[in-house]
Amino acid sequence: MTDANYRQIIADGLWNNNQALVALLGLCPLLATSNTAINGLGLGLATTVVLLASNTTVSAIRHWVPPEIRLPVFVLLIASFVTAVQLSLDAWFHGLYQVLGIFIPLIVTNCTIIGRAEAFASRNPVLPSALDGLFIGLGFTSVLFTLGLLRELVGQGTLFADAHLMFGEAARGLTLHLTDDYPGLLLAILPPGAFIGLGLLIALKNLIDKRRAARVAARPLAFDSRDASPAS
Amino acid sequence: MTKRPVLLAALILGGFAFVGTTLVVVTERLTAARIEQNHREFLLKSLHEVLPRDELDNDLLADHYVTRIPELAGDRPLTVFRARKAGKPVAALFSPVIAKGYSGPIELLVGVYADGRLAGARVLSHMETPGLGDRIDTSKSDWILGFRGRSLGTPPEKQWKVKRDGGVFDQFTGATITPRGIVKALKTTLEYFRDHRDALFAHPADEDHKTENHRD
Repeated sequence: MTDANYRQIIADGLWNNNQALVALLGLCPLLATSNTAINGLGLGLATTVVLLASNTTVSAIRHWVPPEIRLPVFVLLIASFVTAVQLSLDAWFHGLYQVLGIFIPLIVTNCTIIGRAEAFASRNPVLPSALDGLFIGLGFTSVLFTLGLLRELVGQGTLFADAHLMFGEAARGLTLHLTDDYPGLLLAILPPGAFIGLGLLIALKNLIDKRRAARVAARPLAFDSRDASPAS
Repeated sequence: MTKRPVLLAALILGGFAFVGTTLVVVTERLTAARIEQNHREFLLKSLHEVLPRDELDNDLLADHYVTRIPELAGDRPLTVFRARKAGKPVAALFSPVIAKGYSGPIELLVGVYADGRLAGARVLSHMETPGLGDRIDTSKSDWILGFRGRSLGTPPEKQWKVKRDGGVFDQFTGATITPRGIVKALKTTLEYFRDHRDALFAHPADEDHKTENHRD
């Protein structure tokens, strides 16, 4: 694998093939836990840990697993990792665990994880697979975090509420209140707010991609027009 | 497919099942003590929110029993904690008392002093509408703190209702059902306590230290 390939894996995971914005996978946890930035970050990081572990393991065992039992083996491994992550969260981040609650076990059903195991890790060496898992996870986390940030800001006028659940009591000061009497916009906190917010993020990504494509396309076009006018 | 690959596949699958299970078992062993401690601390913290630490001197978590009280919790098991000072009853805490909410049951922790006054109540879990009914939660408003010190005589029994029903307790704009359910649950708890006070404090404590953990 060359450096260019690694760069491609990173760019795909974070942007080009962002699982939440392009593949639209893992929407159940994405939409349900993105009501605050900290919740989004928490679930995103938990998913990233599972992705990293599952991609690495699946890649390491890819020559040992007969194709017909491939999927059951992957699911088994993913479920084991998720359970381990769940127990660890309960032990060391108890407050966050209580907020994220039932969505932690649901990481098992996040199609992104089995999807990356099947589409990437089962066909590539360990190092690129681990990298793919890490950056697909970080791409997913960034969407969760951004969506959480937006919904929290619009919905209840705060930023990083409950930061102490994740970073300990010292982080209580991280919480920002915009104004003292922000009325709150209920829509942003409720499930429809998650759909609208995600829609806006997807639109924004498409807009940026389109602008970028137009800029790339514009360059050779400028040369062409100059070359094509020898008369001047 | 021949016999051999099938058998081999089964063995490999079994092998991975073993590896996965081992991972889970090891993690469980490593975290069990800490998780147990977290749950106890969390429980104790919520109990002391209702009943301040300096008002009792017994081991609150140990002095409890699990029972069923249909008036308070329907068919759900309910834990009664007894707070004592120098052996004398101070208060009883009930967890969870079930109130009827707008969109499902509301689980409450309710503390009652030995003289029949409410030590306080806290919402443990609810499914009320964000922005409307969720003001019963202390993270959203102090509404529920207003019950501290109330008893069956203050206000008089007929006024143990929300204002809309002719009582003294505030309801929320846009949400009457939620506060109504809680007021009713608190009144029922006080009545139960009045009728069973001595039996509650005399009941032997459960042997094991496990409690009904409502958050699991």
